[in-house]
Amino acid sequence: MTSTTTATPYRTGMQSVRDGFTQLLHSEWTKFRTVRGWIIGMVVAVLLTIGFAVLTASGGTIGCGGPNPSDQHTGAACRITPPLGPDGEVVSDSFYFVHQSLSGNGSLIARVTSLTGLHAPAGIMQAGTGTSGMTPGTQPWSKAGIIIKQSDTAGSAYAAMMVTGSNGVRMQYNYTHDVAGAPGAVSASSPRWLRLVRSGDTITGDYSTDGTRWTAVDTVKLPGLPQTVQVGLFAASPDYVVVNQSFGGSSAAGGPTLATGTFDNVAVQGASSGDGWTGDYMGTPRARAGEPEFVTPFKQSGGEFTVTGTGDIAPIRDAGQPIEQGLVGVFAGLIAIAVVAAMFITVEYRRGLIRLTLAASPRRGRVLAAKALVIGVVTFVAGLIAAAVSLPLANHISYNHGEYILPVSALTELRVIAGTAALFAAVAVFALAVGTLLRRSAATVTIVIVAIVLPYILAVASVLPAGASEWLTRLTPAAAFAVQQTLVAYPQVTASYTPAEGYFPLSPWAGFAVLCGYALLALGLAHLRLSRRDA
Amino acid sequence: MSRVVDHASGTDQAPQLTSAPQQGAAREPGSIRPRTSWANLREALHAEWTKLRTLPGTFWLLSAVAVLTIAISVASEAAVTCPAADCGQDPAKVSLIGVEFGQSVAAILAVLAVCGEYSTGMVRVTFAAMPRRSTVLAAKSLLIAGLTLLAGTIAVLGSLLIGRLVMPGKGFTAAHGYPSLLSLTDGSVLRAAGGSVLYLALIALLSLGIATLIRESATSIGVVLALLYLSPVIGAVVTNPHWHNRIERYAPMNAGLSIQATRDLAGMPIGPWEGLGVLAAWAAGSLLVGGLALRLRDA
Repeated sequence: MTSTTTATPYRTGMQSVRDGFTQLLHSEWTKFRTVRGWIIGMVVAVLLTIGFAVLTASGGTIGCGGPNPSDQHTGAACRITPPLGPDGEVVSDSFYFVHQSLSGNGSLIARVTSLTGLHAPAGIMQAGTGTSGMTPGTQPWSKAGIIIKQSDTAGSAYAAMMVTGSNGVRMQYNYTHDVAGAPGAVSASSPRWLRLVRSGDTITGDYSTDGTRWTAVDTVKLPGLPQTVQVGLFAASPDYVVVNQSFGGSSAAGGPTLATGTFDNVAVQGASSGDGWTGDYMGTPRARAGEPEFVTPFKQSGGEFTVTGTGDIAPIRDAGQPIEQGLVGVFAGLIAIAVVAAMFITVEYRRGLIRLTLAASPRRGRVLAAKALVIGVVTFVAGLIAAAVSLPLANHISYNHGEYILPVSALTELRVIAGTAALFAAVAVFALAVGTLLRRSAATVTIVIVAIVLPYILAVASVLPAGASEWLTRLTPAAAFAVQQTLVAYPQVTASYTPAEGYFPLSPWAGFAVLCGYALLALGLAHLRLSRRDA
Repeated sequence: MSRVVDHASGTDQAPQLTSAPQQGAAREPGSIRPRTSWANLREALHAEWTKLRTLPGTFWLLSAVAVLTIAISVASEAAVTCPAADCGQDPAKVSLIGVEFGQSVAAILAVLAVCGEYSTGMVRVTFAAMPRRSTVLAAKSLLIAGLTLLAGTIAVLGSLLIGRLVMPGKGFTAAHGYPSLLSLTDGSVLRAAGGSVLYLALIALLSLGIATLIRESATSIGVVLALLYLSPVIGAVVTNPHWHNRIERYAPMNAGLSIQATRDLAGMPIGPWEGLGVLAAWAAGSLLVGGLALRLRDA
């Protein structure tokens, strides 16, 4: 009956820790969240992103009005809402249209025998001076041809066959689509026959050189085309664009132009409104170049039609501000992110904590992976909050200040916001990797910021020519800012598609992949250094 | 001889000075001779010089200022062409663009000169040895400015020299309106060159002041680079001409770099020397605030 007390050996109350990746993530997350300065740094990154965007948006004011002070306004009163095309993008829909209505199925044929043009070298076409001071010559995308259009409302659906200044025969429809036909210029000795056939809501475009053997260019669907449509001849000529290289970078100048097409053998088949061709200006030709006082836009003698027009039927960019303008504060946010991400590793070296970290988890590659994952996720969330607040807020302020914000699809807006969050994460991982490689905060932060922000500055705001700017935004980590681009470069619209104008040479995710490439390369080198060298 | 005394006094003063630095002036009479502030500064300079020159990083950073500035400038000289007369390019700006890059390395040099001491704890030894903190800051400022001037001179002269060799082949000829291309005998080119060297030194001083205030290297360099690089980005985006003008006139990098302009001066928002003056005011302000924080806070 003796009771023996057996001393139980000491057991720690802590769970036995397996060398699991989850534990590693947990410990890195604990390190991150318990340093107050880093949490503050994340908040600062979000606030800087939003603050700079709001500040920039508040600084923009649109003014408009006539010469009298009483006619002058600023802000929302000056906002001009441009027409939208069927796909929801901003379009220019001004041209000269010689038309009649067509009910149900039918076709339209015309032969084009010439396309000529004029442009004003001084950039301004003055009423009263006529066309005498203008230089002859077509623009690359001066166009004349035949068109089937839903209605005479600006922005309505259409399909057209045309000859162009220097891009041959084209079939274009619904503003953004452009299909090439036969190349070469049109002349009396080398005319082009154009044909459009409507069947339900599909339209087929063909061309021919002799009027008997036809070559199809494309068959397109215009959903919701009404029973009665407008068919006829048109002429349009976009502003000419001259890109000037000067002190502050490049700037584009331009002026209005005119194009004149000569047609014969015009024939409409189907239930048309008869022989009554009517000539009208569609849209508002900005230059008013088609003022009848010095240009006769439409002449018909016998079977020959001469149509002169200005403007363009195409998407346009300069009608408003792209949504990515609301993310200008991202640069400020990224600097804060780079500082925190670099310190996430360099401070371990400075304080000697790295030796404890590596003692607890001897597989060094996993430590690096856990750190990258933690800092990547944390900065992704910070970037998501920053972009999701800053983008709508700044654009709302700009809108109230009189800016028209170019519409984009919800999917595109989502890509811009998620892309910005991913940009934050990629920069953070890049900074972490460079920090592991160098083990020095100041050098790491400088390298990351200079690699990301300086190429952008040199590309958009310096003396470098457009070609050099494009290479900078193609090869350096600054290429990743392409993920914010919503502007679309259309080959059928002549414009200055440079980084300074908001056009990056790479597609959004390809540009982002360049930054990821740099981050992965740095991570690989960091892993090598971490495993080969003593901490 | 004086250095031995200095070390001795430093060790003696150390315990009380870390807690109450202001009492440094009321030292025990007789232990050492009272010295003029000039002598203090000379000794502080000597001490700071010893610290700076024995760090391996200093030489490499100074070389990097020169090499990276020249490299970016040469890339720009090779990229920019002048196909015809009135091409609107400013050859001085084109060939000194590397300064926009070199300044970041000058900023590292200045930030590390201060924050390096805080991260290792060396700063307590420094202040124990030299209780007049403003003298320490003055010595650091003089040395960093002097070293940056030296590296900057090499960087700027190298950039201009290569520009003189390369740019005539890119169309910058007398026929296109560039008779004395990048010649230092041209007053405006001399101003751009000398001004760019001063610009680098002022950026280093601005960074030194900010680093003295913040004391942590990563945050300091982040703040310096944000101050420098954000304004050109914002300036490129902002549409309001008044705001644009304000950024060009008062942001340290935009205003300071106006010293590089040699053509079309009338069209600039701020004149070359006035612009550099704005940067000098930024640098003086940051040193003042940094110096004040240095006096008022424990190390």
